[in-house]
Amino acid sequence: MVYLDNSATTKPCEKAVQKAFIMMTENFGNPSSLHFCGFNAKKELDSARRTLSDFLSCQQNEVFFTPSGTIANNTAILGTAKAKRREGKKVITTLLEHPSVIKHFEILSEQGFEVVYLKPDCNGKISLQELSNAVDEDTILVSVMAVNNEVGSIQDISKIKGIIKDNKSKAYFHCDAVQAFGKIILKPKKLGIDLMSMSAHKIHGIKGAGALYVNNSIRILPSIVGGGQESGLISGTEAMPAICAFAEAVNDIGSVEKNLAEVTKVRDYFVNKISTLPKVYLNSPQDALPYIINISVEGVPSQVMLNSLSSMGICVSAGSACAKGHRSDVLTAMGVTPKGIDSAIRISLSKTTTENEMDLLYNGIVDTINRVRR
Amino acid sequence: MKEIILIKNGELALKGLNRSTFEDILIKNIRKRIKPLGEFEYRKEQSTVAVVPMEDYIDMDEVSDRISRVFGIAAYSRALQVEKDMDVILKNAPEYLAEQLKNAKTFKVEGKRSDKKFPLKSPEISAEVGGAILSAFPHLRVDVKNPEILVTIEIREKFAFIRGNQTKGAGGMPTGTAGKSSILISGGIDSPVAAYMMAKRGLVLNAIHFASPPYTSPQSEEKVHNLLRQVSRYSGNITLFTVGFTEIQEEIRDKCPEDLFTLIMRRFMMRIAQRIAEKEESKALITGESLGQVASQTLNALACTDAVVSMPVFRPLIGLDKEEIIKVSRRIDTFDISIEPYEDCCTVFTPKHPKTKPQISVLENAEKALDVEALINRAIENTTIKNICF
Repeated sequence: MVYLDNSATTKPCEKAVQKAFIMMTENFGNPSSLHFCGFNAKKELDSARRTLSDFLSCQQNEVFFTPSGTIANNTAILGTAKAKRREGKKVITTLLEHPSVIKHFEILSEQGFEVVYLKPDCNGKISLQELSNAVDEDTILVSVMAVNNEVGSIQDISKIKGIIKDNKSKAYFHCDAVQAFGKIILKPKKLGIDLMSMSAHKIHGIKGAGALYVNNSIRILPSIVGGGQESGLISGTEAMPAICAFAEAVNDIGSVEKNLAEVTKVRDYFVNKISTLPKVYLNSPQDALPYIINISVEGVPSQVMLNSLSSMGICVSAGSACAKGHRSDVLTAMGVTPKGIDSAIRISLSKTTTENEMDLLYNGIVDTINRVRR
Repeated sequence: MKEIILIKNGELALKGLNRSTFEDILIKNIRKRIKPLGEFEYRKEQSTVAVVPMEDYIDMDEVSDRISRVFGIAAYSRALQVEKDMDVILKNAPEYLAEQLKNAKTFKVEGKRSDKKFPLKSPEISAEVGGAILSAFPHLRVDVKNPEILVTIEIREKFAFIRGNQTKGAGGMPTGTAGKSSILISGGIDSPVAAYMMAKRGLVLNAIHFASPPYTSPQSEEKVHNLLRQVSRYSGNITLFTVGFTEIQEEIRDKCPEDLFTLIMRRFMMRIAQRIAEKEESKALITGESLGQVASQTLNALACTDAVVSMPVFRPLIGLDKEEIIKVSRRIDTFDISIEPYEDCCTVFTPKHPKTKPQISVLENAEKALDVEALINRAIENTTIKNICF
């Protein structure tokens, strides 16, 4: 198998799997229980939190475990809206966002908030000037993702808090870092991020755990209530196997910069190769996160390319367009033609992807073109 | 005392000496459908079949939902089976029928005494039960001509039955009383409806699906399985033949004029379907075509596709509008599956300007570029079989 859909999910690393196994077979207690079995689990939970806080250069009490990236996003947005609803009625986000963000802004709009959607340019980036024009004293939340999941464009996250302050706004800055976490260096406090969402299974952890960074100086309100876990922000018994495996996966990342350099090499190798093919276009901007490569193979519908590669044991994802006829907002905003969008595929790499695997993908693409294109 | 279901046969009463056989098939079909829910006893009585649960835990709502989908049932009703004791009947009738009676304005009680040794005569039973219901629901009025709720009290050999209004059944003929036919199923809205309609006339179905990987995805095959599973709630088990169709489509694309693509493809489908049907002892083909709906369903086009087969081709939707077809597909719960967005083999390679008035001779001429026989044989060899049951 050549697995190149790492933005959808990754293969769990050995250490994560082993940790999860131990947390299910030996250390299976409920961290809220007061006996030794619960206490042992609690120690593991604290340790996992320490791993995350060290990795993010923040305090332990700024890390909240969630069951998924989606719940982290939902908690951040709804929690801000609840906590600051009396301070203002304007919220700002971008058209690049994941549905777990966008759909929440649609709900806020129904609740009477003014929602501003920033459009990406041809490089998949929002304009900081437009953001600055939109932010005002009535703004309570700005949500901008770090790396887009379709094309890999990277936003200028470090400038955003400054813009908010310059416009005399007390808005919180939420950053959906699900695709970026572990792949570029992200120290939320240093970057001026108030809330940051992460997910374990995108970095070789297992499904069922995510995290939300919440800056110490801000306050959001919970939307999931119950037993008061995670300081009352996200109730529900902690998914210990997934959370502890998450920490193992973080430990297993190694050097973010070294990984990035390796992946860039593999990306460049592949992009060079396909640049010789007629009517094959790179949709990802030059300065995108190298882990994500979005290309269009004109004349081969996304789904056909995907099926064909799949039958050869190669996993990629359809660029975005769902077959119902709704074309990706992101690619449309970036100026990709309808033909290009209908034939877009997303190839997403992991730190372990090799040039040899990209060769197999290249061959698969060429074979499919020869068979399908007329 | 327990709740049972009384089933009234559909057209079976008309079928003379065959009736008993048909009734047996009907009971067999019902048994198959509700067996997973628990143990039941079946009693044939005059023109009704009584389905009697033998275990307390059985959920009669689910039983009656399943029975509502069995073909060959004109109407059915849930009934309370009680001792043949007037006190018991008088106590239970208002309680058992409370839901129906609460929301109605008028009612009537019909006593039926087939056990002539029962101390009360039919009219006396009606009067007493009517009185009991009136005192429990004083808002009700008796209307003997056109009651909203018809309460029936039957005194039979062993038990008495209390029942309210009947529910309309799925109608049609019991599956298996009309032989076997093969439905060509794509994954769209129409073919599952066509399958349902012909199954309703008593046909056992098998299904033929054409898959063109990589142009079509495994998900679209899964979609066909899900559609057939819904149909099988009515028709019973369906054997699905999935034919590998890629080579044929690529050959047509490469060697025939583009505007004839769909028709030549349809002709291949019909030929292959007939071969499979013959092997399976199916006596007819069924398609979901509706006259004029698309280019390949004009009168001329249908004549061209029919020309390659000798079996009867049933097209139960031929005179229906899309709206009417959708209505049925919603009712049988296939609509939501049909609109899932997976490509099927009819939509790949679709020509931009398909012929609407094709001539058979032109098609035959175009097909000369292909080794039709060899292509068909290879496609049939490349067929997988799956049994679909609910």
